[in-house]
Amino acid sequence: MRKITFGFSVLFAIFCAFTISTPAWGADVIKIGVIGPMNFLQGKGHWNGALMAQEEINAKGGIQVGDKKMKIELVKADSNEFMNVTDATNAMERLMTQGKVDFVVGGFRTEAVLAMQDIAMDYKKVFIGCGAAHPELCARVAKDYNRYKYFFRGTPFHSGNLVKTCFIQMATVGAILKQTLGLPKIKVAIVAEKAMWADPMIKAAEGFIPKMGMEVVGVWRPSATATDVTAELSATQRSGAQMIFTIFSSSVGIPFARQAGELKVPAVQVGINVEAQKDGFWEATQGYGNYVETLNTYVRGVEFNELTKPFIDTYVAKFGETPTYTADTYAAILYGIVPAVEKAGTIDSDKVVSILEDSVYKVPGGNVKYTKTKDGKHLHDLTWGPGYTTSLGAQWQDGKMVGTWPPAHWTYEGSAEVTYKGIVPYKIAPWVIDYYKK
Amino acid sequence: MILDIIINGLITGSTYALLAIGFSLIFGVARIVNIAHTAFYMVASYLIYSCIQKLGLHPVWASLVAVIVVTLAGLVSYKFFIDPIREHEGAVLIATIALAMAMQEILLLIFKGDYLTVPSLISGYLSIFGVKVFYQQILTFGMALLILAALWALLMKTRLGLAIRSTAEDREVANLMGMDESRVAMMTMGISVGLAGLTGVIIVPLTTLSPFMWMNPLVMMMAVVVLGGLGSIKGSFVGAYILGFAVTLVVFLIPMGAYLKDSVALSIMILVLVIRPEGLFGVAFEEER
Repeated sequence: MRKITFGFSVLFAIFCAFTISTPAWGADVIKIGVIGPMNFLQGKGHWNGALMAQEEINAKGGIQVGDKKMKIELVKADSNEFMNVTDATNAMERLMTQGKVDFVVGGFRTEAVLAMQDIAMDYKKVFIGCGAAHPELCARVAKDYNRYKYFFRGTPFHSGNLVKTCFIQMATVGAILKQTLGLPKIKVAIVAEKAMWADPMIKAAEGFIPKMGMEVVGVWRPSATATDVTAELSATQRSGAQMIFTIFSSSVGIPFARQAGELKVPAVQVGINVEAQKDGFWEATQGYGNYVETLNTYVRGVEFNELTKPFIDTYVAKFGETPTYTADTYAAILYGIVPAVEKAGTIDSDKVVSILEDSVYKVPGGNVKYTKTKDGKHLHDLTWGPGYTTSLGAQWQDGKMVGTWPPAHWTYEGSAEVTYKGIVPYKIAPWVIDYYKK
Repeated sequence: MILDIIINGLITGSTYALLAIGFSLIFGVARIVNIAHTAFYMVASYLIYSCIQKLGLHPVWASLVAVIVVTLAGLVSYKFFIDPIREHEGAVLIATIALAMAMQEILLLIFKGDYLTVPSLISGYLSIFGVKVFYQQILTFGMALLILAALWALLMKTRLGLAIRSTAEDREVANLMGMDESRVAMMTMGISVGLAGLTGVIIVPLTTLSPFMWMNPLVMMMAVVVLGGLGSIKGSFVGAYILGFAVTLVVFLIPMGAYLKDSVALSIMILVLVIRPEGLFGVAFEEER
């Protein structure tokens, strides 16, 4: 009996030694965690973009890190952040402890990313956020640089710039409405889902819309997962609004667009509707989402630069749909992390951060340059504007998503001109024209 | 604005009534708190979507398939998951929660988290005193009244209805009088789940499908049933319209707080419970010592 027990003890000790020494065999891979709501299109975008980057890098033999080549290995983590922030933090914790990742990309809902960010910072891992827009994510970097320096915003630009872009688009559409319909002053209804990222945008909109010569006639805040918004639509129609400024990232964008289209509400929709960025939006709204305009990053046929078309075409060929902005995990890895690691010659987070924060690099969506505060503190936020990242105004026209903004030779506050290939004119819904022409 | 509130309140209340009536029926008769009731409504919705979008069936046939399949699923669930543990109300509660979550996860596996929709049974809208109302919403309102009328006829004019009422009043005496109480409960479960399926048929064109769509209606349905009085179908009907109007008032009077409409409804429920714990039409009872 003693011999058997001793034998098992020796075997167990050998097994433990084997297990502890095994990780050394994985030393020639760089592990990148991809975290997002994987059962939803946003998370699928995270994963698909990262997968494309991994395949491109590994096809070339990997990344040169010092004197050796290292391949990319992706570790998927389902944050389930739409349903539960706790699931998101658990997923990030697992990436750190079980996945032992070297970098992380992804995240979508601000409430979840704020919590996930803290965990990544605890482990001093570079985390490039690819979905959340709240300014606080990068404000933390300036407030406590030593702790939060490992965080960078990959996409989208922060909500202050999102709303600025929306205002510029609203001004463009407002001018078209005034000219076409002969309206003296445009009345705007703000309809924003109840979510943290939308809060600063509403405040900014209420302050700025009057300065654009328009009038805010009301603010409605349906639940982000509301399925029936007919009451809100009745109320906005009663308010006399000719333009509805939408701020939606969740499922409410579908019933809102569908019901507004079905009821032929005499108001154009401009703003952000993340569901309207997806190819499946037309079917989801049963075709009633026609003429909905939304901020978008990628539209088939529109090119920011020479990287845009190859990225979109490859993505469509592989996954059968247009990439949404969360697929910018591709750019975050291929054009952000990889060159920084190669230049640093190491995957050490501090060294990678010092390279990345001063980098200016081209991505399929424009040019990335990280911002600083007025007193020179790093923010690691995206620079917005012509020549950097501006996104697009995309409108659904008869079953197809087209780019309608910015117009050709667009400038902003003395910047250089930009013209994106493939932009077409904006269209007003015929029932809106009929209503106001009467 | 008043007309908007009245019309939207009636429509919203009808939606709640359709869900609450079936739940109230099974609780009133068999004392089963079927948390999976709205999950059956969700399954019916997905069945309709699949039949229309994937199999190309006409919406009417798709609806028929959905109601029949969901009713059978409800009967099977009752037979294997609920009947064996019926005496233990806590266990039934947990079992039905588990059943609901299982349905959620299965649908998530099959359909992922993508938001889906189905076309309306009757597309278009009507203008009633200047308020635009979908034909589908008018159908919902009409169906709620029709279902209540049909349920009243079933309970008051048929032998099955007599058995159901007797069992609801006193299970043990009904058993002693020769009624197979377990069989009556099973048939009531079938009717209740069938109503959930029918609710899916009527409401699904007005909503967005997702594997988590059962949760929000569950909260509202519980609020309606508790407000109206547990086990009282009349109470559920009245409670549904009270909360329907409350929710609509919030949207129109507090636009910035439109997301709070569910919280307001629950607050009304709590207030009523504090003042009258048995609900508006429920029967007060004392525990046997």
